[in-house]
Amino acid sequence: MRRLDISEVIFKVIAYVLVTLFAIAALYPFIYTLSASVSGKLAFEQGRVIFWPVDFQLDALIAVISDKGFWIAYTNTLFYTFFGTIFSMVMSIAAAYALSKSRLVFRRQINFLIVFTMWFSAGMIPTFLNYKMFGVDFRWGIIYGFGVQAFNVILLRNYFSGVSKEIEEAAIVDGANEFQVLTNVYLPMSKSALATVTLFYALSRWNGYFWNLVLVNWNVEHPLQVHLRKYLSEYLMDENASITNTPYSPYSYMYAMIVMSIIPIIVVYPYLQKYFARGVNVGGVKE
Amino acid sequence: MKVNNDVKNMSLDELKHELLMESLEKNKWHRYWVSIKKDWPLYVMLIPVILYFFIFRYMPIYGILAAFKNQNDLTLSVGQAPFAGFYAFRSLIAGDYAKEFWQAFRNTFAISMYGLIFGFPVPIILALFFSEIKSDFYRSLTQILTYLPKFISTVVITSIITLMLFEGNEPHQAPGVLTSLFQMFGLIGENTRMLHEPQYFRSIYIISGIWEGAGYGSIVYFAAIMAISPTNYEAARIDGANKLAQIRYVTLPGMAPTLTIMLILRIGEILSVGYEKIILLYNVQTYETADVISTFVTRIGGLMGGQSISLNTAAAADLFNSIIAMFLVLGANFISKRVSDTSLF
Repeated sequence: MRRLDISEVIFKVIAYVLVTLFAIAALYPFIYTLSASVSGKLAFEQGRVIFWPVDFQLDALIAVISDKGFWIAYTNTLFYTFFGTIFSMVMSIAAAYALSKSRLVFRRQINFLIVFTMWFSAGMIPTFLNYKMFGVDFRWGIIYGFGVQAFNVILLRNYFSGVSKEIEEAAIVDGANEFQVLTNVYLPMSKSALATVTLFYALSRWNGYFWNLVLVNWNVEHPLQVHLRKYLSEYLMDENASITNTPYSPYSYMYAMIVMSIIPIIVVYPYLQKYFARGVNVGGVKE
Repeated sequence: MKVNNDVKNMSLDELKHELLMESLEKNKWHRYWVSIKKDWPLYVMLIPVILYFFIFRYMPIYGILAAFKNQNDLTLSVGQAPFAGFYAFRSLIAGDYAKEFWQAFRNTFAISMYGLIFGFPVPIILALFFSEIKSDFYRSLTQILTYLPKFISTVVITSIITLMLFEGNEPHQAPGVLTSLFQMFGLIGENTRMLHEPQYFRSIYIISGIWEGAGYGSIVYFAAIMAISPTNYEAARIDGANKLAQIRYVTLPGMAPTLTIMLILRIGEILSVGYEKIILLYNVQTYETADVISTFVTRIGGLMGGQSISLNTAAAADLFNSIIAMFLVLGANFISKRVSDTSLF
């Protein structure tokens, strides 16, 4: 082991300390949220919850779980995430596969049409009017209307372009058609890119808020994010919200809703984060 | 005579060339047709996505007309409304909406600039620190933790911010945990409603943005730092460079291409302030510092429910925004191509 210069030692110490602090800061709000949702009413209202739960109780969480409106919103979010991701993946894979073929006529032009949408958008009002005109104001409409993101198509296309041509040719010699080449050669060889793109689509569906709120007419079709926000603004508007005779603080209830809505994300996060991180590096867009 | 000959030769060549081009042209279309017939499954695969982009990304361009029409509710279609010329633009620039519009315009730039100045260096510094941590386990752990907030929805993030900054409702409810912390250090007075005071909005927005995005943003810089050969550091060390000098003369030049591209990209995106987060955090009291062009558009256009106040004014502001944004992106792309051979499209 070579000797370290004193300045290198100091820098290393600073690095360890600050990285640790930043990691704690990144995690803290979520720990606090969890603690606030399972703390006793009195302890929470007196501001005694700082980090760990105080006077552990599950009343707020149970109240959230037994709320019907919450589950309707939850089911909607699952619906949007599940069908939306499948739909988006099928569309994007098909297009990316075709675009990865250099023999495609007008390949450059079609590419340009897709990439261009990443940098120019007609704007919110025209986009809104257009969605309204096509009747995108119900569940399946949202699934279709927000189906494809240019960035993800390009990301997949770039990955497909790198798949070995020899294996593809071997498959064609064996009599495979275009569809079989895609499903038996390309897809198995691009698992990590597929995982990254699936994750991006699923996340954007799970986290979607604005357009759903603006377009979807019926409350029963609103996803979790809209529900969560509606609840929060109602509480903030209400001066007397804090005076309740429930066995939990209404703010604990709010925290409990947040906990319930991020649990699936937190559970899958450790397994999926590597695909999430990979997305940035493969995302170099080039025509 | 000689000159004449030349002309004759040239025209003959030109004629030949023209004929050749013509037959090539004919051949080209024929070749295309043969190729399309042969590879028809590829084209079938493309159709849904092309239709999608056409319907939902290109068709809306027609709706830009709304900015030039006398259309004040969302139910009338753009085609039916009568033309009103540049009326909406006039009211935006020097009319009824001018004050609010220019305020939103200034805020957009202010929030972006502060975001750039404070937000841009943090991921770089974080990446430098990550590269110092030699224990793979500890580095992965801290990296994973810092990416986490980027995974979480804007609604959840803003709800947590709102709850943590809640001013409390004594004696029933103690203030949010961050408000208590700030009060303890005397940074804010008793009963300060942080989300309702214009002076705090930008700090809240930008600091929470750094908290949310710095970890994820560091990935790209970390990759750039890792790509620098260790022998460069050895050489610098032999020359007696201390850590800061090593960063100055080895690390930063090594990651210069990445830095340039990321900076240019950020400048290109200067108008696209995350409107969703602002909508979720601002309120009437903080419009003064928080309202940006996109939020102005959603509000005036009545997208967030309620009466639409003036659709054509909103559409005009929207168009203004889109055009400047496009020039910024194109400009950024042009510069990026010049300085680093990396282009976005």
